[in-house]
Amino acid sequence: MKTAGKKKFEWYGIIRVTAAILISLFIAAAIIFVVADDPMTALYKFLLGPFSTKRNFFNVIETMIPLVFCGLAINVMHKSGLFSMAADSSFYFSGVVAASIAIACPMPNIVHQIVILAAAMAVGGLISVIPIFIKRKTGASEMVVSLMMNYIFFNFGYWLIRKNFLDPTNGSFSTPFQKTATLGKMIKGTNTHYGLLIMVAVVIFMWILMDKSKFGRELKLTGSNENFARYAGIKVTKVVFLSQLIGGMLAGLGGGVEMIGMYKKFQWITSVSYVWDGILINLLAGTRPLMIPVSAFFISYIRIGALVMSRGGDVDSEIVSIIQGIMILLIASERFLYQMKKRKEEREALQNQSLEAEGAN
Amino acid sequence: MGEEILRVEDLTKIYPGGVLANYNINFSVNKGEIHALVGENGAGKSTLMKMLYGIEEITSGKFYLYGKEVHFHSSKDAIAAGIGMVHQHMMLVPSLTVAENLVLGIEKKKGLFLDKKKAIEETEAISKKYNLYVEANKRVRDISIGMKQKLEILKTMYRGAKIIILDEPTAVLAPQETEELFEQLLNLKKEGYTILFISHKLQEVKYLCDRLTVLKDGRSIGTYNVADVTPEEISRLMVGRDVKLEYDKDEQEFGDRILTVDHLNYTDKFGTKKVDDLHFSLRAGEVLGIAGIEGNGQKEAMDILTGNLKAESGSILYRGKELTGMSITDNRKAGIAHVPEDRNLNGCAPEMSVRDNLIAASMDKFSSHSILNPAAIEDYCNTCVRDFRVKTAGLDTSIKSLSGGNVQKAIVAREFTAGADVIVLNQPTRGVDVGAMEFIHKKILEMRAEKKSLILVSADLAELRALSDRIIVFHKGKVAGVLDDISKVTEEELGLYMLGLKQDSDEKLKEA
Repeated sequence: MKTAGKKKFEWYGIIRVTAAILISLFIAAAIIFVVADDPMTALYKFLLGPFSTKRNFFNVIETMIPLVFCGLAINVMHKSGLFSMAADSSFYFSGVVAASIAIACPMPNIVHQIVILAAAMAVGGLISVIPIFIKRKTGASEMVVSLMMNYIFFNFGYWLIRKNFLDPTNGSFSTPFQKTATLGKMIKGTNTHYGLLIMVAVVIFMWILMDKSKFGRELKLTGSNENFARYAGIKVTKVVFLSQLIGGMLAGLGGGVEMIGMYKKFQWITSVSYVWDGILINLLAGTRPLMIPVSAFFISYIRIGALVMSRGGDVDSEIVSIIQGIMILLIASERFLYQMKKRKEEREALQNQSLEAEGAN
Repeated sequence: MGEEILRVEDLTKIYPGGVLANYNINFSVNKGEIHALVGENGAGKSTLMKMLYGIEEITSGKFYLYGKEVHFHSSKDAIAAGIGMVHQHMMLVPSLTVAENLVLGIEKKKGLFLDKKKAIEETEAISKKYNLYVEANKRVRDISIGMKQKLEILKTMYRGAKIIILDEPTAVLAPQETEELFEQLLNLKKEGYTILFISHKLQEVKYLCDRLTVLKDGRSIGTYNVADVTPEEISRLMVGRDVKLEYDKDEQEFGDRILTVDHLNYTDKFGTKKVDDLHFSLRAGEVLGIAGIEGNGQKEAMDILTGNLKAESGSILYRGKELTGMSITDNRKAGIAHVPEDRNLNGCAPEMSVRDNLIAASMDKFSSHSILNPAAIEDYCNTCVRDFRVKTAGLDTSIKSLSGGNVQKAIVAREFTAGADVIVLNQPTRGVDVGAMEFIHKKILEMRAEKKSLILVSADLAELRALSDRIIVFHKGKVAGVLDDISKVTEEELGLYMLGLKQDSDEKLKEA
């Protein structure tokens, strides 16, 4: 009986997510049919493009790495019940810090990368706890504060790079990183770097932290009912603080890994935003850390698919934004497919009561 | 008696999560009668009323008003159709005056602003007309519970209600206030109003009502003329067996005073002094009952005691250790467990599993190096579920899908197994069925037999008398009376203390 109850519940979640994905893909297909001169080819490239070449496939893997870091960051930060978007500030500004150390501080190989990533993590963590302090002092919503913060840290960060490390021959990028400041390519003929291994380690760490540790359970209780968590003797303030700190560190590490894994110089001249992707990935994963790489892979896949389709075709890759928007909308709406669940619950409730009545007689 | 004005046929309500609250309910109400809906806590009375008042959606079944089928989408529709409801926990704005509350939402305007003078005039007029006395000028937070209730009744009539639903109106009243309310209700009946009276107190039903409908486990058992059935018969229909709140308590030697509260003060954010120079103490191995009308500082005192609220001044000595200013975490470590008053707000995380709710307060016990030990947790939770007879489909079931009684048993299991020496119980059996109530009572006495010290705050005077070794009565944030000999305590006497009409001498109170 126990397992049956559990299974039923999970099915509902899986069906909902699948339905949301299918509906959004269907709408995307419809748009492709309307705008493309050769819709069948475009659709084929969109759906199977990532498998067309080795390079395309590993593009999916590279694109997925920052998505996983941000998905995990959002997972731990939002589980506290606070909807902070500070992961973007952490990600971008940690990239700035990583680039600065990569350019200005020559160090031996391996030590250099470790210092860069440690600094990125520390800075990311520090940035992400700012909204909770502002909230405690002024009562301002952590969401508004963090969204505004994202502008500040983007402009401030890019200003720092321009002021200190601008490459005058280029005019908008920085001078190149030191040779020692790179994660190195893992797979020949692709851009896939050793950040992938760091990502795997972080996923395992977060899985243990969120699902197996005392902290994870305290965080869940706090996010679910803060009053009760306090009554139960959980140090709510500390738990919330740690969740924001850890989330920021993950985003910061992600920014650092991305910066020295994918680039030879600082190129983020427009704001780099992963926070909405992180929210979607966390939702698709049913807020379970172990599922986050899977949903990040999926998002990355449709993104690369759209890129392949847009190359030499007439459909813009921005179609991915439409797909993502629809998916967030559907999964976040509590009422989506609610009737299905409700009918089932009602049927079961009536069955249970007739069983009970029989038992009583 | 008048014609039938309200009828429901096969009304069923299933809450999200698959909780069946009402199943094929049938009953009807005649014009000008006082119709009681009786049933245990959790029998589905409140759900039924919420459907009639348009707050809850009807899952299936028909609802006729004056012979015509109606579909309410919100309480607005119900009010338009002439139904009014007085909720158990009153829906008033404490910072507004009585008159402002009365006209709230349908107020007459003078330009852009509320016409205060008109509102007061109207309040006084309607108050006089129905002989329900309220002070129009006072702020709601300053008036008594009894007056708040009258205000709630006036509110429904001001909005044109002909059928008034009262959801356990006497639960928050002292015995003397109850009598006054009943007189006024009988008056309204004479005026032609129809009253639906929800209660599980049978003497009240017997005294006040014309007919009654019994609900059990969400089903309607039948409608009877009150004159034709005895309270014992009704009780049997409600519960399916006889209930008596009489337990065998072993004589017990009480130890020293292990907890002493002294000169405790607390003022809430409205500036009302909730705890006023409070003094009492707890002896080892006793059940100390605390009586008092809701809002007389019991909740605040218990919250201070358990670390959930900071006192302004005063001391709480526990085994020579000062508790005021300690965090909840330290408080629990010191050995004080707490079953809070509102189980869904503070007692559990409704969305989370039975397992997570059981271990919430003692996670250190089940983890080594910060990693939880699933086998130990499984063992502990299975023991809790078995020993405290928590009816659940499994440990992974979210706790909100359990019945109120089972949620409360799970909370009691968690607090009673925490290894605490002092257990603070605030309304431990509010809103639970009789079976669960008896079970929790039994567990309380087991803890007493194990020489634990318990503080029992309850609005149910019968429960206090059945379990306590001593009762102290709170009035306006102070202890007004100490009753040492439980066998001689009557509910009337408690009522006098609760209303502040009787007060023990200072010498006696010092001994509390």
